[in-house]
Amino acid sequence: MPNLNDIMIMLPEFYLVAAACLLLLLDAWMKPEQRNILHWVSVLVVLVGIYLVVAGQPDVAVTAFGGMFVRDAVAEVLKVFALLCTALIFVFSRPYMQDRKLFQGEFYTLMIFATIGAMLLVSAGNLVMVYLGLELLTLCSYGLVALNRDSQLSSEAAIKYFVLGALSSGMLLYGMSMVYGATGTLALAQLHGAVVHAGMSNLMVFGLIFMIVGISFKLGVAPFHMWIPDVYQGAPTSVTTFIASTSKIAAFGMAYRLLESGMGGMAGQWQMMLAVLAVVSLAIGNLVAIVQTNLKRLLAYSTISHMGFLLLGLVNAGPEGYAAAMFYAICYALMSTAAFGVILALARAGFECEEIDDFKGLNQRSPWMAFLMMLAMFSLAGVPPLFGFFAKLLVLKAAIDAGMMWLALVGVVFAIIGLYYYLRVVKVMYFDKPAEGLEVRPQADGFLRTVLSLNALVLLALGLYWGPLLGWCRSAFAG
Amino acid sequence: MFNHLLSLLIWLPIVGAIPVLLAGSARPGLARWISLLVAVLAFVASLFLLPAYNAADSAMQLTESHVWIASLGVHYGLAVDGISVALILLTTFVTILVIVGAWEVIQDKPHQYMAAMLVLEGLMIGVFCATDALLFYVFFEAMLIPMFILIGIWGGPRRVYATLKFFIYTFLGSIFMLIGLIYLYLKAGTFDLHTLAMLPLTMKEQTWLFFAFLIAFAVKVPMVPVHTWLPDAHVEAPTGGSVVLAAVMLKIGGYGFLRFTLPIVPDASEHFAWLIIVLSLIAVVYIGYVALVQDDMKKLVAYSSVAHMGFVTLGIFIAFMLVRDANNIDAAKLGMQGAMVQMISHGFVSGAMFSCIGVMYDRLHTRQIKDYGGVINVMPWFGFFYVLFAMANSGLPGTSGFVGEFMVVLASFAANPWIALFAAFTLIIGAAYTLWMVKRVLWGDVTNPHVREMKEINGRETFVLAAFALAVLALGIWPQPLIHLMDASVSQLVQQLAVHKI
Repeated sequence: MPNLNDIMIMLPEFYLVAAACLLLLLDAWMKPEQRNILHWVSVLVVLVGIYLVVAGQPDVAVTAFGGMFVRDAVAEVLKVFALLCTALIFVFSRPYMQDRKLFQGEFYTLMIFATIGAMLLVSAGNLVMVYLGLELLTLCSYGLVALNRDSQLSSEAAIKYFVLGALSSGMLLYGMSMVYGATGTLALAQLHGAVVHAGMSNLMVFGLIFMIVGISFKLGVAPFHMWIPDVYQGAPTSVTTFIASTSKIAAFGMAYRLLESGMGGMAGQWQMMLAVLAVVSLAIGNLVAIVQTNLKRLLAYSTISHMGFLLLGLVNAGPEGYAAAMFYAICYALMSTAAFGVILALARAGFECEEIDDFKGLNQRSPWMAFLMMLAMFSLAGVPPLFGFFAKLLVLKAAIDAGMMWLALVGVVFAIIGLYYYLRVVKVMYFDKPAEGLEVRPQADGFLRTVLSLNALVLLALGLYWGPLLGWCRSAFAG
Repeated sequence: MFNHLLSLLIWLPIVGAIPVLLAGSARPGLARWISLLVAVLAFVASLFLLPAYNAADSAMQLTESHVWIASLGVHYGLAVDGISVALILLTTFVTILVIVGAWEVIQDKPHQYMAAMLVLEGLMIGVFCATDALLFYVFFEAMLIPMFILIGIWGGPRRVYATLKFFIYTFLGSIFMLIGLIYLYLKAGTFDLHTLAMLPLTMKEQTWLFFAFLIAFAVKVPMVPVHTWLPDAHVEAPTGGSVVLAAVMLKIGGYGFLRFTLPIVPDASEHFAWLIIVLSLIAVVYIGYVALVQDDMKKLVAYSSVAHMGFVTLGIFIAFMLVRDANNIDAAKLGMQGAMVQMISHGFVSGAMFSCIGVMYDRLHTRQIKDYGGVINVMPWFGFFYVLFAMANSGLPGTSGFVGEFMVVLASFAANPWIALFAAFTLIIGAAYTLWMVKRVLWGDVTNPHVREMKEINGRETFVLAAFALAVLALGIWPQPLIHLMDASVSQLVQQLAVHKI
């Protein structure tokens, strides 16, 4: 029987479920022109969620519902940033959604439910919970991608996402069933013990492989990346931002829960698999991005390469490596919200501002937006003193520490190749003349512009002083 | 009173760039004056280094150390020795001249130009002060961003190609150094350069690290065969960009050899000193010939920079042969000092040459030598400066160009007369390409009618060129203060060379 204590442990999640249901009701009662209220209430709901996560954080890891749900420091950090990204997306996308007649209650409730899925996923203490969280997150994401239902591109993206997503969920479930068959337990903690004590059978290795396929799909690691470019391009930009930020934080949490909390004893097996996946991702992501002309598609391939870097941290399979990978996931999420935020701020009714050419001469039209985008691009490219560099530094360090010098070298070689396409965006904004008849101006929403500026400047600020964040990430894995 | 002088020197220009940007394109005049003010303040602040720095003491001075990233043990550590002080003074001096030089020339978004220049100045000073390898790396790489923008926005017709090549080339070089630094960090548990210098390393480790550092700094210097980005970057960069690039940025490569390669991997450096010496001689001789055939004045000076920087690397690595093979400490010191004097001198001379070319370019909008001829007839004062700098570039005694080269040649002679012979070639080739350019540009009759319309240099341009000329002559006639400033630090470095780390 669930007792009050269990509920208190899961309070942030319960609160968000209740709030999302209320928002749905609120939306039904509200006139369309009052929807701004819904927007602000949603932002507030998410921010209160962050407060509940941090305020109720116990000193030591606790579990609820018989070990199904774990509330530990890892979950805390990931939830804070997942919620933060969701709040940022709400702020950035209001004018964008209004211009496209997508400014509806569903957007907010689906986003919040998806975020709840992400929170359950990163707190999972049981394979069933992993699966439940994942499905809640992805089912909402399918709906969000298809939100612009009159757009052929969006529908196509949603169907691709759904078919491939269902396939990968099936793979994951299949792997879980094998592991269950081999060990007789679904709880991650017991699974961990079973792997360590009972050793591993072939069945376990197969189960592990299928689970890694599922994780790779969620992260968007090549060769399971096929959905990423189409979904990034086809989805409304605000939804793309969600997939590139909150969803990636959740995917890191899932990888950590399955690989370390569950299958930590088999690190020797999965380290090498992840290393190979990392190399393939780095290669495909960086090389294919070079030829893209659509910025959203370019950022999609950039995601693939960044997830390759994230794996560099995971292959370390030690607390330092996990901290580095978590740092990387957070960094990537914040860079994504900044880069997509600029796209959202520059888009207009009937103009997506998603082609690289749309950014031509942006420095002449809107120097500040160009500057923010430049910060995001240099950060993505990993040029110091921006945040992205230090995240790369840490994962490279983790890989070298794990004795994989070759992997670090592969990483930096592809970082150089990747540099080219980020520089190309800067080049277009700063060195090219604006295209004739193309009037690119940022949205007039002052709050949006302030928050976006803060988001991008944080990339610089965290680059200059990233110690506390790293300390937080490390303390999550210490002990 | 001088506790935070180095931090002030780094952050004053960077923070000063913000009001310049805020002044905006609407008030370009204000932006120019603010940036000049910031540059002058930075220069004045850097002058305080002279009383604050005790040249008799070889230790790093004016130390600042704060914990930057506690969990990694990374420090915000700054300190200077004589070499850094000289290079910082060079940086602040050149920045003023660059800002004055760009005064009316840059009409398109002058505030962004000036701001980029100031940020660049702060970052370069940071490179010369950092005593923590990670901090050094951050400054070293961050420098690329303002330079990328400077070349890309205000450059010539092929600026995009040139600036991308510049950025990617340099990034490519330095990222392998990053891997090397991470390796060192994992071994030593710190990025502190002083600790890393004490760290024992096997020959195999040293060899790998040596090449990791070599790629980074060789690209920056640049050494043959990784110099190809330089002519492109120089040709396309705006005048100010070229001046800073040649006068200060290239020096960072030489400085990196001193701070990283020599103390951290001395045994591998000794082992591969022959390689660097051969590459340096190729730079001196072969690139000299390449410079001879250039049609573009900027390209010619760019190649001559490569040749002159060859002396810097030669002077540094000849010291290894002298200390370890011949045990000739005095000659080694001479070579090292020569390399340092050459760095500073080349800063003035190349900066001056590019400023001169900029002056002509502003009038005729071409850099082709064949478009000029007889310029002296219409611009006699300009001709005076141009000839002076050309003489310095070819190493005439009495100018700064002579001192460093002569010292390096002398040191090489002590090591191996053949090396000295090849190095001394520069005196002939350098004179050949520089003076031949002077002949074709300045002397003769005016054949191009546009040349006749060229106006004599105005007060602003005279100020820039006269400042450079003063520095060139002062250093040429009386180099002693500079040598004294760096003497203790150079001795210290030379002593370090003798220490085996295996």
